[in-house]
Amino acid sequence: MTGSAVVTVLLFAAAREAAGRGRLEIPHREGLTAAEVWKNLESGSPALAPLAGSVSVAVNHRFVPRDTVLAAGDELAFLPPVSGG
Amino acid sequence: MDRFRITSDPLDERAVAEGLSTSEDGAVVVFSGIVRARNKGRKVLHLEYEAYEAMVYPVFERVAEDVRERFGVERLRIHHRIGRVDIGESSVLVAAASPHRGTAFEAARHTMNEIKRIVPIWKREFFEGGDVWVEGPKEPVTE
Repeated sequence: MTGSAVVTVLLFAAAREAAGRGRLEIPHREGLTAAEVWKNLESGSPALAPLAGSVSVAVNHRFVPRDTVLAAGDELAFLPPVSGG
Repeated sequence: MDRFRITSDPLDERAVAEGLSTSEDGAVVVFSGIVRARNKGRKVLHLEYEAYEAMVYPVFERVAEDVRERFGVERLRIHHRIGRVDIGESSVLVAAASPHRGTAFEAARHTMNEIKRIVPIWKREFFEGGDVWVEGPKEPVTE
């Protein structure tokens, strides 16, 4: 595995607290989707499950659908419902 | 003055509009969102804001582009606090300048609605007896 064959995963706010961490790197493989990454996170941190229906997904700072296929080096973020303002 | 700013320093309502209008403009609207002491029957002590900063700026750009397309308003600034914000302090400022007041008001209102819908910022409310993440619209954003 080369140095860039990873996906950086970021979690914020309630998702960060439920997972107990805000950032991790996971190995990339062909065809990996954001939804699969979430499923894996959820099996390690069941406290994430209640957020599954409301969390938005961003790749490289853009909102994307959950079935988005990830590329090596992508920054994937899981965003609970925002509440700025 | 920065068009877009995320800062842990207090916001300046006067500075956000400084130099924004041109000789074509007849209106500047400045909206200030401030922290109130009551929410849902709870006595609020303070708020804490967290942002995905690297994504906030591109989303602010997207909001400004949307405002330009909808209302023809090109002069828009958004400043948002992060970290702890106390009762009575501004958590967000939006300034919009336009030839006429209607579009300036609409631009500021729409900008605030979009901030609450898609800008990756979260607030945690500290109230008497506990604290909670405030959650906005539950429908995931997909585009």
